[in-house]
Amino acid sequence: MSDVQAQKPSVSLFYNPRVRGFLYQAVLIAIVVFLGYEAVVNASTNMRARGIPTDFAFWDRVASFDINQSLIDYSAASTYGRAFFVGLWNTLLVAAIGVVLATFLGFFVGVARLSQNWVVAKLATIYVEVMRNTPLLLQLLFIYNAVLTPLPNPRNSLSLGAGVYLNNRGLVVPDPQFAPGAGFIPLAAAVGLVLALAFRFYARRTQAKTGRIYPVGWISAALILGLPLIAYVAAGAPVSFVTPVLRGFNFQGGIRVLPEFVALLIGLVIYTAAFIAEIVRAGILSVSHGQTEAALSLGLTRAQNLKLVVTPQAMRVIIPPLTNQYLALTKNSSLAVFVGYPDLVQVFAGTVLNQTGAAVQVIAITMAVYLVISLVTAAIMNIYNRRNALVER
Amino acid sequence: MKFIAAALLTAVSLGVAATGAQAQSGSKTLEQVKQKGFLTCGTNTGLAGFGLPDDKGAWTGLDVDFCRGIAAAIFGDGTKVKFIPLSAKDRFTALQSGEIDVLARNGTWTQSREAELGLLWAGVNYYDGQGFMVRKKLNVSSALELSGASICVQQGTTTELNMADFFRTKGMKYEAVAFQNIDEAVKAYDSGRCDAYTTDASGLYSSRLKLVNPDEHAVLPEIISKEPLGPAVRQGDDQWFNLVRWTHFAMINAEELGITKANVDEQVKTANPEIKRFLGAEGDFGKGLGLSKDWAYKIVKAVGNYGEAFNRNVGEGSPLKIKRGLNALWSQGGIQYAPPVR
Repeated sequence: MSDVQAQKPSVSLFYNPRVRGFLYQAVLIAIVVFLGYEAVVNASTNMRARGIPTDFAFWDRVASFDINQSLIDYSAASTYGRAFFVGLWNTLLVAAIGVVLATFLGFFVGVARLSQNWVVAKLATIYVEVMRNTPLLLQLLFIYNAVLTPLPNPRNSLSLGAGVYLNNRGLVVPDPQFAPGAGFIPLAAAVGLVLALAFRFYARRTQAKTGRIYPVGWISAALILGLPLIAYVAAGAPVSFVTPVLRGFNFQGGIRVLPEFVALLIGLVIYTAAFIAEIVRAGILSVSHGQTEAALSLGLTRAQNLKLVVTPQAMRVIIPPLTNQYLALTKNSSLAVFVGYPDLVQVFAGTVLNQTGAAVQVIAITMAVYLVISLVTAAIMNIYNRRNALVER
Repeated sequence: MKFIAAALLTAVSLGVAATGAQAQSGSKTLEQVKQKGFLTCGTNTGLAGFGLPDDKGAWTGLDVDFCRGIAAAIFGDGTKVKFIPLSAKDRFTALQSGEIDVLARNGTWTQSREAELGLLWAGVNYYDGQGFMVRKKLNVSSALELSGASICVQQGTTTELNMADFFRTKGMKYEAVAFQNIDEAVKAYDSGRCDAYTTDASGLYSSRLKLVNPDEHAVLPEIISKEPLGPAVRQGDDQWFNLVRWTHFAMINAEELGITKANVDEQVKTANPEIKRFLGAEGDFGKGLGLSKDWAYKIVKAVGNYGEAFNRNVGEGSPLKIKRGLNALWSQGGIQYAPPVR
């Protein structure tokens, strides 16, 4: 740099391309910062001028409204901040279960669309096309009204046996009560999991060395499910159930799954699964048929071919767009507000916003929460993707 | 390069101009309304008797007539109103942001809404209280028997809070099923999702008309809260606040003076000085409000007096058939009272 300038002392610094480059960048940043600053100051000045709160003092005030589904302790005497976490957990609950179920259903339908069976393939195609091409909100409203209306009232509940009842207030199941010895059961499950992983490692090494193949799946399942069962019996059956009883307007005791939750979950799952099915289909088709032919001629079975040859290669194509679908499902869960499910948007950006009047703060917090959830999801998927990506040598 | 610099400069100055313009908005609501040529009124998404579009798409209701009254006072024409239907959840934000000029949407006047939301209530055009509606076949005769019930409610309302207070006070359990809109809440109640539906008593009567079988439902006798419903405006524009408040008072005074939509033209010729002042035949009481002196005449001519508006929308002349009760004039056993025009 100094050499260049030494050679051309007559050129002004202003005409130096690098200096000018920095200058323009600096001006651009200054303008962006200025506009952002102006927007914030302008909003808060106007809000103050109209007597609208601009602080977060509402967070610790008593909410005095009730929420009908809460994973944490909450009552009308709790604070608005507590209500925020109730909504957040409800959003995370429906999103987490939704992502898992949508993945399974999506993979199933995606494979079904490629099936040799004409009827199966066509049914899968119809499902995908109908779900992908109608608005999610309409599907949700349809499911909510279709799930609700035909169900009987609590006094005429459908008994599904074992203390499980279905009515238009939701699904009531017995509430498990854990006696002191119950702690051994999850412990046994954890031990089973560790043993299963160790066995899988051993089996792989044996296969690499000798070619002998163990039934890893069956043995793992036996370990993970069998050990807790043994622990349950050994500890003298420490788990009892409180069976729901019909008293007054509805069942008392037991755990109730809200119809709003079910409607939202089903809606999100079948909608998102249609997109995932297409992603899976594209992923499988992206693996050249030559790979399958090569695998079969090496003597691998069809199942081994799918598991060891096709899927690992397809996953590289599947994961990035799959991440998008997970993000979309999480964000779409905010449509809960239309079916009365108390998610973050319904509770916090709805009732709390309205009762406190702190619109700007509440919406900003809500957006930040969705941003964080999305970024975390994307980060996890990126780590998984990096592990599966083609290693270039 | 010069082009880019010029473009950036323009962008900055536009940004400043835009922010500057925003800081100014809302200071002179009346000027803006006159400039626009119509009033923007926030109303209910659909509550019979208060704010509901009829089969031809024309808005009707007590709150709607109130907005028409304001428009008549300003323009001499009660049709110069643009109605913006708002859910309970969105209504205050719409008023705060300046999207609407006045909010006449059966909103309850509370301390925190004035002290914390930056709003002002211009008056009470309907004294109400919260009640419960249940199916007759449940054989429930009192709200005290609702322990364990599922109750549908519209979220973001005082109703939601009163209900929580009521059940807390009585030590009873219940399930609140909250919906964004009245329609969704009523539909969920009608479909059997809830044992009871709660809102202001007037709203219960009006929602009952929308149910599949209105006769199968009964309103419980308990009124668990005070719900003074009325029009609200933003703080910081006293003249506009006065105009809205006196539109309400004008309608009540008109009823008290016996001035109706039908006889207002004859009343102008009366010898009664009180009526002459009121209708602008003597003195000028509109100037301070930013209106012409016959402002009250225009209101009555367009929507009639308070009693007429009440009867037409929620009273005997409507399907709701709600009694005047608290909403009768102070001289007739109610608490509707207006300061005199003088």
